[in-house]
Parts: sequence; structure tokens; C-alpha cells
Amino acid sequence: MRVLYFAWVRQKVGIAEEIVAPPAEVRDVATLVAWLAARSPGHAAAFANPKQLRAAVNQDFATPDHPVAANDEVAFFPPVTGG
Amino acid sequence: MAKVLVQAAPFDAGAETAALTAGRTDVGGVASFLGACRSDDGLEAMVLEHYPGMTERAIERIAEEAEGRWPLTGCTVIHRVGRILPGEPIVLVLTASSHRAAALESCAFLIDWLKTKAPFWKREEFAGGAERWVEARAEDDAAAARW
Repeated sequence: MRVLYFAWVRQKVGIAEEIVAPPAEVRDVATLVAWLAARSPGHAAAFANPKQLRAAVNQDFATPDHPVAANDEVAFFPPVTGG
Repeated sequence: MAKVLVQAAPFDAGAETAALTAGRTDVGGVASFLGACRSDDGLEAMVLEHYPGMTERAIERIAEEAEGRWPLTGCTVIHRVGRILPGEPIVLVLTASSHRAAALESCAFLIDWLKTKAPFWKREEFAGGAERWVEARAEDDAAAARW
């Protein structure tokens, strides 16, 4: 699974992307967040308040209950501020 | 089919507007929104980050939604990324239609949805090296929800 980070989420995690192999109990965005948060202090800081985060699975916006699988591209970022 | 560009380089709003009407006689009006970078609070630069791939797809979907709701003869969305200085343009939305209401309404719709549904993030840089990420605004969500 490819995981991407953008904006202050990227800064807190300390990397822009990583390849991860979460265990089988990681089934959706919410359980992936909990698993990623335990990877490093930077991850923990980035995921400290999941309500501040938005996610995309395979480049579509996704809610916490959206399923994730091994070959997915999952991204985490703050609410968008373009325009 | 809308023209969608995500690019670091500045754009020429006049040339883009001319391109929407070139060789056509069915265009009754072109509406435009040009978003520019302000120097509020001593801002020195705005740095725009995006999600390559998803950004273009998200804008194309928003443009398809506009084309489904209004009878447009053309539509152009150009959004810059990277470091942008005060006074420089950030985003251009152009909509062309046979009648003004469709052009004006779809242009407002496009920029309202673009602000809340396309993966861009703005970081502000200030004199002295301070920086901060722009936070999403409830007013923008409300503006997007009215459509």
C-alpha cells in the first residue's frame, strides 16, 4: 500500500510518501490511521486529531469507513484551501 | 470538454478568453473569475501544494458537473501551483455560453466547488521567515453547499 502525505501532515510525518504493509485487521481508513499513528512520533503528531484530517483512496475523497486494500494508494491531508 | 491546467507558470487570461470564442459564432458571453494573491499581514509569498493526478481529475469532474448543469459552449480552469508573489494570479475560471446567466452562474459554481473539492493547500510565507498553512473556512463550505 502506497501512503501519501500533503501539507502540514507531510511536515509532521517527515516524509511525503511511504510503502507500508499493514496487518489484516487494517480494513478501512480509520483503522489505517490508528495503525499509522503508532509508526513514529511524527506519525503520532500528524494523526493526533483525525477530525482535522481528510483522506483519499485511489485519488478519490474517502470517509473513515472507506475500505483500504494492499494495492491502494491512500493519501492524508488537511481540509483543502485552493482557489 | 473543459480545458483544465495545473501549472507553475503564469497564464494569459486575455489569450485564454480569446481561445474560447475563436472561430465560433454561438457564444453570447464569457464569464471569468481571476483569483490573485494578496499581501495581507505582510505576506511575502504564497506556496501552493497539490496532489498531482488527483487534482486534475477533481477539477475535470467539477467542470463536468458544470457542463451538466448549464449549457456551456466552453470552459477553462487554470490553477497555479508553487511559489506565488502578491499581485500575481493564482486561478482562472472561464465559462462561455450562448446566454449570460449560464456563463455567470456556472463560473461562480466552479470557483466555489474548486475551493472545497480540489486538493490544493496554501502555505503563507511572511517577512522574517514565519510561515503558516491557510485553514479551510466555513464560509467557503457554505458557498459550495448553496449549489
